[in-house]
Amino acid sequence: MAKMTLEELRKLRENKKIELDKRDTEGKSIHIIIGMGTCGIAAGAKESLDAFLEEIDKHNIDNVTVKQTGCMGLCYVEPTVEVKVPGMPDTIYGNVDGATAREIITEHVLAGKLVDKHIFDRPAKDIVKE
Amino acid sequence: MAVKNYILVCGGTACESSKATEIFNALAAEAEAQGVIDDIQIVKTGCFGFCEKGPIVKILPEEAFYVEVVPEDAKEIISESIVKGRMVERLLYIDEEDKKKGDFDIEDIKFYQKQVRIVLRNCGFIDPEKIDEYIAREGYVALEKVLFEMNPDGVINELKESGLRGRGGAGFPTWMKWNFTKGVKNDQKYIVCNADEGDPGAYMDRSTLEGDPHSVLEAMTIAGYAVGANMGVIYIRAEYPLAIERLEIAIKQAREYGLLGKDILGSGFDFDFEIRLGAGAFVCGEETALLRSIEGNRGMPTPKPPFPAVEGLWGKPTVINNVETWANIPMIILKGGEWFRGIGTERSSGTKVFALTGKINNSGLVEVPMGTTLREIVFDIGGGITGGKKFKAVQTGGPSGGVLTADFLDTPIDFDELTAVGSMMGSGGMIVMDEDDCMIDVVKFYQEFCVDESCGKCAPCRIGTRKLYDILSKISKGKGTHQDLENMETIGNAMKKAALCGLGQTAPNPILSTMKYFRNEYLEHIDDKVCKAGKCKDLVKFEIDPDKCIGCTVCARKCPVNCISGERKQPHFIDQDQCVKCGECYAACKFGAITKS
Repeated sequence: MAKMTLEELRKLRENKKIELDKRDTEGKSIHIIIGMGTCGIAAGAKESLDAFLEEIDKHNIDNVTVKQTGCMGLCYVEPTVEVKVPGMPDTIYGNVDGATAREIITEHVLAGKLVDKHIFDRPAKDIVKE
Repeated sequence: MAVKNYILVCGGTACESSKATEIFNALAAEAEAQGVIDDIQIVKTGCFGFCEKGPIVKILPEEAFYVEVVPEDAKEIISESIVKGRMVERLLYIDEEDKKKGDFDIEDIKFYQKQVRIVLRNCGFIDPEKIDEYIAREGYVALEKVLFEMNPDGVINELKESGLRGRGGAGFPTWMKWNFTKGVKNDQKYIVCNADEGDPGAYMDRSTLEGDPHSVLEAMTIAGYAVGANMGVIYIRAEYPLAIERLEIAIKQAREYGLLGKDILGSGFDFDFEIRLGAGAFVCGEETALLRSIEGNRGMPTPKPPFPAVEGLWGKPTVINNVETWANIPMIILKGGEWFRGIGTERSSGTKVFALTGKINNSGLVEVPMGTTLREIVFDIGGGITGGKKFKAVQTGGPSGGVLTADFLDTPIDFDELTAVGSMMGSGGMIVMDEDDCMIDVVKFYQEFCVDESCGKCAPCRIGTRKLYDILSKISKGKGTHQDLENMETIGNAMKKAALCGLGQTAPNPILSTMKYFRNEYLEHIDDKVCKAGKCKDLVKFEIDPDKCIGCTVCARKCPVNCISGERKQPHFIDQDQCVKCGECYAACKFGAITKS
């Protein structure tokens, strides 16, 4: 992308916001967002990422986006992962090792069930959305 | 499939011990009895960090948050929440303040979470390597507003209105720094970000830069516009490779979009960045030493005045703020200074990020409004002390701070309150200690750190830290005297007055603060030659009680220096001359035959 003018920046922002909202309400795609700060990576987030990708391949699921984010602050349960499946509450999972990652795909994504013992919570409201 | 509701039962240790399993079973039985078992899924979760009010049950997607639930509530939860889709009002969490008001709307009940995230607003939401995601969450709107709707004075006034104080530790009003620099006439000025986070146990700035690098870039560009600078320098420690990588990506993307460089968004304003890596000296977190290090000189502080705001980097007027301070600024411009002032206390507005570590169940990064009490941080958010042990103290401010004892659990935390009780905010490290921690041992650790990190330029710090460390070592060996305590006080107070920079001026703080609040512990070490926590190795002795020892040989096999001898099925014996007091044998003995004294 070349340098933008003010109008172009505003347009880009609107478009991106619409994309985000679509994903939240009517979009069909599933999002798996892995906390990949130094803390998450040190706790094994890369192994979890590999496990997610392998399991997605194995089941031939094609509507999942796997992406990274920074640290959510839940250091005691790293690696942390947020799973967004349309029709289900957005869920934060903690202590997601390879095995749990596979379970999230088979249980949460494929069977619509939450995975026991690994659910945590976002530590605060989203101040940007308010 | 097609589950309608999810019932989350907290399975954290605290809730588990207060009947979470029984509640889980009762809910399942009720759901079965009322014929809705196929519409719901009941799951056990991790700790919600609200343990004081446990056990906790949460219903999704309605987000009903029930506290202090007992198994007998199961029937009502199922019949109301699940079958009828209504909330069980008596079980909902109601904030103390709302309770006092008496009259409130269920919809308006305050969120149960104690954290407010301004600095960390995007951490965990966006992909830090994608500028589009930052832009979609109101990113660079503040910069737009500043460049096209505000003049430099307007920006500084907004900051003044916000009451934002520097988050690096000292708490100096940010608007004043900016205003000084703005007021100096010079064709070249600089904006510097201090990302040389060095306190042991602190990692707030690292997480911010790794999770949301654009917030800092945007803020520094705003400052450039406000004070008339065109160059930003981020001084970051080389030990943070991921943060550096993400900053570099962010700068590159912002340049491609025209949000950095010449003529930003067609406004005529130019701004660009440079990253400088620190080599790992704690003193370079001190602003004048940091600037000398950027210039390629040895990282040593220089006397103030002149202040960096007037004569900073390369002798030019320089605004220098730390990462957390910067990350606040776009939100202040967006939502206004008045909004920001509405959060926190009168003299310390906004929030503070703490890195909560030590003997705490839910260690992690927490961001709370200023004025939150230590009790709320340790027990509500942190989930209490590990192993159910007794809270002893919290260390704040790292090697520059002090301790807060149980007496201060209800003290609201802000800049002035912490200073008043002899500690300091510092950059935000918060280390929780329990009854197994020895204050002399903890303070000795910090003092050793200061000895290593003192740059050696001024005598009070160079000699003072070493002398203090020597005396502490003596006390920890049971060889201290009452005179030593007096000497530490004299040396410490002299350092506070005479040291050149913050490092030396604050280095005695941990000692002075613990001598005030834990004097008994010092006296036990000196008079009784006892370390009750068993941390001061020279004062600890491990012995085997021959009557209890059955000769299982576990201790002998665990001992790393092979100083335990004895035949199988015969009482064993520890050679005190060889023993390194590691405590391995004590932890390994299943028969309680090893004593620690």
